[in-house]
Amino acid sequence: MSSADWKNFEPVLIPNTKDLHKIDVYQKNGGYGALKEVLTDKKKWEGPKDVVNEVKAANIRGRGGAGFNAGLKWSFMPPADGKPRYLACNGDESEPGTFKDRKIFEYNPHVFIEGALIAAYAMEITSIYVYIRGEYIDYIDMMQKAIDDAYEKGFIGKSIFGTDYSVEFYVHSGAGAYICGEETSMLESLEGKRGYPRVKPPFPAQKGLWGRPTTINNIETLAHVVSVINKGASWFSGIGAENHPGPVLYGISGHVNRPGVYELPSGVPVLDLIHDVAGGMRNGKELKAVIPGGSSTPVLRADQLDGVSMDSDSLREVGTMMGTAGMVIMDEDTDMVDVLWRIAHFYHHESCGQCTPCRDGTGWLEKILLKIKNGEGEIKDLDLLLDITTQMEGRTICALADAAAWPVRHTINRFRDEFEARCKKSVHAVA
Amino acid sequence: MTYEFDDNDLKKIEKIKAKYPEVMPATLPVLWLAQNKFGHVEPDVQRLVAHTLDLPEAHVHGVATFYTQYYKEKKGKHVLDVCTCLSCQLCGGYDMLNYIEDKLGIKAGETTDDGMFSVEEVECLGACGYAPMLQVTNGKYVNHLTEEKVDKLIETLKEGKDPEYEQIRMPLRKVN
Repeated sequence: MSSADWKNFEPVLIPNTKDLHKIDVYQKNGGYGALKEVLTDKKKWEGPKDVVNEVKAANIRGRGGAGFNAGLKWSFMPPADGKPRYLACNGDESEPGTFKDRKIFEYNPHVFIEGALIAAYAMEITSIYVYIRGEYIDYIDMMQKAIDDAYEKGFIGKSIFGTDYSVEFYVHSGAGAYICGEETSMLESLEGKRGYPRVKPPFPAQKGLWGRPTTINNIETLAHVVSVINKGASWFSGIGAENHPGPVLYGISGHVNRPGVYELPSGVPVLDLIHDVAGGMRNGKELKAVIPGGSSTPVLRADQLDGVSMDSDSLREVGTMMGTAGMVIMDEDTDMVDVLWRIAHFYHHESCGQCTPCRDGTGWLEKILLKIKNGEGEIKDLDLLLDITTQMEGRTICALADAAAWPVRHTINRFRDEFEARCKKSVHAVA
Repeated sequence: MTYEFDDNDLKKIEKIKAKYPEVMPATLPVLWLAQNKFGHVEPDVQRLVAHTLDLPEAHVHGVATFYTQYYKEKKGKHVLDVCTCLSCQLCGGYDMLNYIEDKLGIKAGETTDDGMFSVEEVECLGACGYAPMLQVTNGKYVNHLTEEKVDKLIETLKEGKDPEYEQIRMPLRKVN
């Protein structure tokens, strides 16, 4: 299905099926059939490697923001040696503008559980942990209930479907820290520590949870595995944009009439998402700017959006990224200085403090932007901000510094007039 | 003040420990258990958690102070965590925060004299499409805030009731 045909797309992750969160309803709709097939149909799925190859061929680009091929990531796991191996499912969902995985927890938790179980089988994993941000306490309870139900039916636990494959599945609650969405920080948090990202290498596939091979995948990524098994890699890779295929959960927020999470093919034009899907701009205002995939992805001006679609190639051409597909839509009344200051405030608050360029850099960005917001800034402060961003990017253990630097650099460059207008006029004595 | 876990708590803690190959991973869930029981994790509670799990006090203190949801000091009976981050900012999150501050006569970070309410300004809670919003005492989300809705919420809490879970229907796609 091409992106242009998005109006005819039937959702697979969050279809409009009543009570799909209940395990019996999920099973009636074919649920846990994919898991049964990979475990028991030895003609079609000779072993775990076949599953990895199918998922690799589907090219599920990680939906947590980095966009890495999930099957390829799975293939980095070393051969099983009979000792524990882990799958850590990332439901931390904390990037401002992102609110999609909670829809899976609420409306279709079993598609995620089934996808995680298939992933675990494919990588010969012995324990699965799903890490959910602590604020999502209602969804943590829903997920625990869904896991308990799946245990009761024998889809999790010892000898699943009478095979020799066994796996355990646990819920772990966060407690309020954006950084724990970074995969190695999440591992630290799961191990009961402060969420300090780890230096890589070693990568988690070599040395993850408790020093054992671990793979980390986003919730939506794992949920997509089920339809890849049921319908085939070619079905998945034939949907939407060629290099970023498959259905995507678009979370649309900000100044639109119908904000919310929509499941559509990748590659839908940004303007269609705003005007047709999300009901157009609120109060008949003009569109001013769009942040396409969470607060760290560079903002686009309205005049940059013609022909731009939500896939990694199209977005790269205009200097931004797909991120989490959490789109933030801003109207003509939006004060870009205020918005950027608030984003900088967020990253300063959330920096874990391990690396100096990030700990200090995020603070400087926020302080200087506050000065400009209050009308106390000078034009040279804008260049100072840009200079700080180059001193932060790529100089830290994890990508939080980059995530803080990009919006500052690109918002200033793309709305320079607005920032200069807020600065004090430069007055130089000439004699 | 001395704090103690009862037998029931200790049973729950054993169950938590069984989920992990080591003891340390129980730190976060046991801090949660302690906070749900005592209402906070002041240093004395942190020490109780450390001694119960046989972990260094400094470790538990380090963890408790890293994560924002643990209350390192006593808070009001109801904590209103008002989101002002990005999407909430765009949709009037600061107006809601200011309205709540004026209504309760306190600033963000403070607690009312009667100990009923604390107000906090918080970072993104992952409800961007339903902005502006707040969370009540690490529990229920209250979405699509208006002044009337805030008034009603505060009345509900004063009556000793919890706000209800707000199910947000999936938006139906209009096919043009």
